[in-house]
Amino acid sequence: MALGNTFGGPPEMTIAQKLRDVNWLLVLLIIAVASVGFAMLYSAANGSLNPWASRQMARFGAGLVAMLIIAVTDIRIWLRYAYVIYGLGLVLLVAVEVMGFVGMGAQRWVDLGFFQLQPSEVMKIALVLALARYFHGIAMEDIGRLHLLILPLLMIAVPVALVIRQPDLGTAILMMMVGGAVCFVAGVRLWKFALAICGAVAAVPIGWQFLRDYQKERIFTFLNPERDPLGAGYHITQSKIALGSGGISGKGFMQGTQSHLNFLPERQTDFIFTMLAEEFGLIGCLGLIGLYVCILAYGVGIAVRSRNQFGRLMAMGLTTTFFLYVFINIAMVTGLIPVVGVPLPLVSYGGTALMTLLISFGFLIGVYVHRDLVIPRRPV
Amino acid sequence: MERESSRHKLFSRRAAFLVGGKLALLGVIGGRMYYLQVLERDQYQMLAEENRINLRLLPPPRGRILDRFGDELAKNRQNFRVVLIPEQTSDVGKTVRRLGEIVEIQDHQLRRIGRDLKRQRRFMPLTLVENLTWEQFASVNVKLPDLPGVQPDVGETRYYPYGDSLAHVVGYVSAVSEQDLTGDPLLELPGFRIGKNGIEKVYDVGLRGKAGNSRVEVNAYGRVIRELQRQDGQPGDDLVLTIDVGLQQAASRRLAGESASAVVMDVHNGEVLAMVSSPSYDPNAFNLGFSAKSWKALVENPRNPLTNKTIAGQYPPGSTFKMLVALAALESGVITPEHRTFCNGSTKLGRHRFHCWKWRYGGHGWTNLYEAIEQSCDIFFYDIAKKVGVEQIAEMARKFGLGERLDIDLVGQRAGLVPNKAWKLATTGVPWQTGETLITGIGQGYLLTTPLQLAVMTARLSNGGFAVQPRLVRDKAAASTGEFAEPPTSPPSLGISSSSLNAVLKGMRMVVHGRHGTARGARLEDGVKMAGKTGTAQVRRITKAERASGVRKAEEKPWEERAHGLFVAYAPADRPRYALSLVIEHGGSGAKAALVARDIMAEVLARDPLRRPAIGRLASRPPADGQG
Repeated sequence: MALGNTFGGPPEMTIAQKLRDVNWLLVLLIIAVASVGFAMLYSAANGSLNPWASRQMARFGAGLVAMLIIAVTDIRIWLRYAYVIYGLGLVLLVAVEVMGFVGMGAQRWVDLGFFQLQPSEVMKIALVLALARYFHGIAMEDIGRLHLLILPLLMIAVPVALVIRQPDLGTAILMMMVGGAVCFVAGVRLWKFALAICGAVAAVPIGWQFLRDYQKERIFTFLNPERDPLGAGYHITQSKIALGSGGISGKGFMQGTQSHLNFLPERQTDFIFTMLAEEFGLIGCLGLIGLYVCILAYGVGIAVRSRNQFGRLMAMGLTTTFFLYVFINIAMVTGLIPVVGVPLPLVSYGGTALMTLLISFGFLIGVYVHRDLVIPRRPV
Repeated sequence: MERESSRHKLFSRRAAFLVGGKLALLGVIGGRMYYLQVLERDQYQMLAEENRINLRLLPPPRGRILDRFGDELAKNRQNFRVVLIPEQTSDVGKTVRRLGEIVEIQDHQLRRIGRDLKRQRRFMPLTLVENLTWEQFASVNVKLPDLPGVQPDVGETRYYPYGDSLAHVVGYVSAVSEQDLTGDPLLELPGFRIGKNGIEKVYDVGLRGKAGNSRVEVNAYGRVIRELQRQDGQPGDDLVLTIDVGLQQAASRRLAGESASAVVMDVHNGEVLAMVSSPSYDPNAFNLGFSAKSWKALVENPRNPLTNKTIAGQYPPGSTFKMLVALAALESGVITPEHRTFCNGSTKLGRHRFHCWKWRYGGHGWTNLYEAIEQSCDIFFYDIAKKVGVEQIAEMARKFGLGERLDIDLVGQRAGLVPNKAWKLATTGVPWQTGETLITGIGQGYLLTTPLQLAVMTARLSNGGFAVQPRLVRDKAAASTGEFAEPPTSPPSLGISSSSLNAVLKGMRMVVHGRHGTARGARLEDGVKMAGKTGTAQVRRITKAERASGVRKAEEKPWEERAHGLFVAYAPADRPRYALSLVIEHGGSGAKAALVARDIMAEVLARDPLRRPAIGRLASRPPADGQG
């Protein structure tokens, strides 16, 4: 392999060394958050491992292995194949248009026969990888050049447009924000962001036409939840009742009336935080948010410590993705923003999202493992 | 390397900025959680409880209505019904058709089932048919395996065992209508019934009882998960009436086929022993529901089965009013009992000629007060009415309960009408004419009375002149708290001298037992004497032409034109206990009514309900000797 350390960094590490170097405390935090999820899924099934908790555990186990494999894989391989992965993601996104089937009112899956792949999930990581690679290759003084920003803008815009078409508004917004965050930490001038935001706002009326009725409905309902208390507004009203009635210390494990009497919709997926809030109260909520903050702190720490721009950008991008998941989901169930269908990371039931997250953490830990690796701007 | 490190620095700065932004957003979330879970907690906890807990009302069993001897006049009967839980059958239509092969399901029931099916949740029981007979119910039970989702069920429904013979007194219950709603959630319970007429209506609140409730936990779809708390209600109070149902039935049977009404009451304490209005209707039908045809038949029947004629039927009292005219004249001193008038069949006042009923036979000749009552001589009463004047007559009539609503626990009572000069002037603007005093003197003209008023009048005459009020409710049954309104005090005296009263009562005895008595055909067979007075109330004025051509016999006239036959009576004549009034619409004459009254009075005396111990507390009253 010609991935030698040109600038005299540390010698190549063996797999065993890398495994030892894995940030195990972060892994423990991830397991802790996932365990909260298992407990809530157990409660959501009225005190049963079936149908959710056991499957989620199995997937989590498999995901951990995948995470570690990615973590110990040489980061330069990911740098080299970043565009390839991104390209593959785009192909898959187009493929859902062609061969995807309708599920949950939106085309989101590709049936690979043995596995239902959700290209938008792949794209969330691929976009970060591609942007990190791009900005890794751009010199400090070139970042100000306008024409060099056209490519990253397209990198963001194309998958976002495809995802909106699916239509998956939540993921599209998430990808836009993550892409923006990567550009931001890469050093793109703030006024350019202002410009981009203005452009985005100008595009809103155009984008509005692309929204499906149910999405428009969700936005209307968000703006005025009492508009339709038994229809679309029902979810958010019941969610707020569940949350608020939890109080400071909650109603107790498996004692949530809103959750267990089916007033709370989607309690095992998007609204699982509400169930936690109802059963464990403000204390439980702040506890979980605390765990998330620790994970985020690790992510930022890893990003700052990395000695290569690719790793830094990747770590920051993935951490931001994770943050956005947490924020959007909680803000959604507490009625701060419209219901957009974003799961609570590591807690909500769902194989694809869990796998995507663990893979992201694989990359993040990979950045940590390869933190002292200095990679030239232009790989040989 | 320098470039690389400056890039790293820029990254770190920007990263710090980004992290700051994230922390701010997390702060917003934390604030939101604090707002929802701490500041608004109480409100949301309340909403969550409201979501979760459903208060279900448990309807209390309605109090029974009993007759004076404890016979059930209104009770709660098991209602055998069949309900369907739609979600438990794959094909509702097929199940209903199969059930239809076992018990008849009518079209209007099918329509209701269809309506309920759309409205109700699929796990809520839906009533298919109810009020089945035991046989029907049993056969449905046998075939249950073929009827998926069908469940036999036993509820409660009001039942009136005596059917139409007490409909007007007891009344009926029926579905709650919009204007009945008072905010009491019990009334909004599906299938709840409230009293709509008679005692059922007047005593509805007490009979209804207090609803219990059951707090149940329900899920988002309304399915009951478990009962959290149960508070049993309080059954409605039982009520004991003064009615003797055996007597009531006998009287009803006697009046069957007539458009008539009769009241039998205790002359001393006013207890109504029988109150019959004929024809009647089946009160159970109001509970079970009418077919359009039978409802139409009830409403369009010219004999008004729905009206309680004893309180809402207003008739000219005819000659039954003459006792009061006599009393007015005696009490005001314009005549003595020995006063005599010569009757030659008619008398003249101005240009008008007033006839006695016996005008074709040359009149009654010389008659005194007793004979005038005995033979119902109109000329005598024209004479004394003119002497005493309408004001005195009206005053006497009011003393005896005419012209005003009596204190009876029924709805729809009419006041009748006792005219006087002021009334006529106010109503018609025309001054009173002396001729009208004459007409009033024989109970015709503007006078209107109800059979209940006539019974009260007779009781007051025969009890020695005490203002007894009719009573229909004896007491709450012993089972209830025992508290009841203050015991009725003995009625105040009307202040009529006993000599005047005795004179009138003597005349009344002669009506039945005198040689020329108008009701001499109505003597009781077993030796007990009855006193009374016949009355024949003209429905329309007899024209001069008719008098000239000779009055047709009652049988020759169309039913609607025949005179009403009235009879008031009391017995035993020497020691009165029972007063009776009877009105047969278009019955032809009072003499005919007297025959019917005799049969009823015979039944009263045979049963002698006042001599048998009744249930419920009766406020005792010193027996007042009716007369000397």
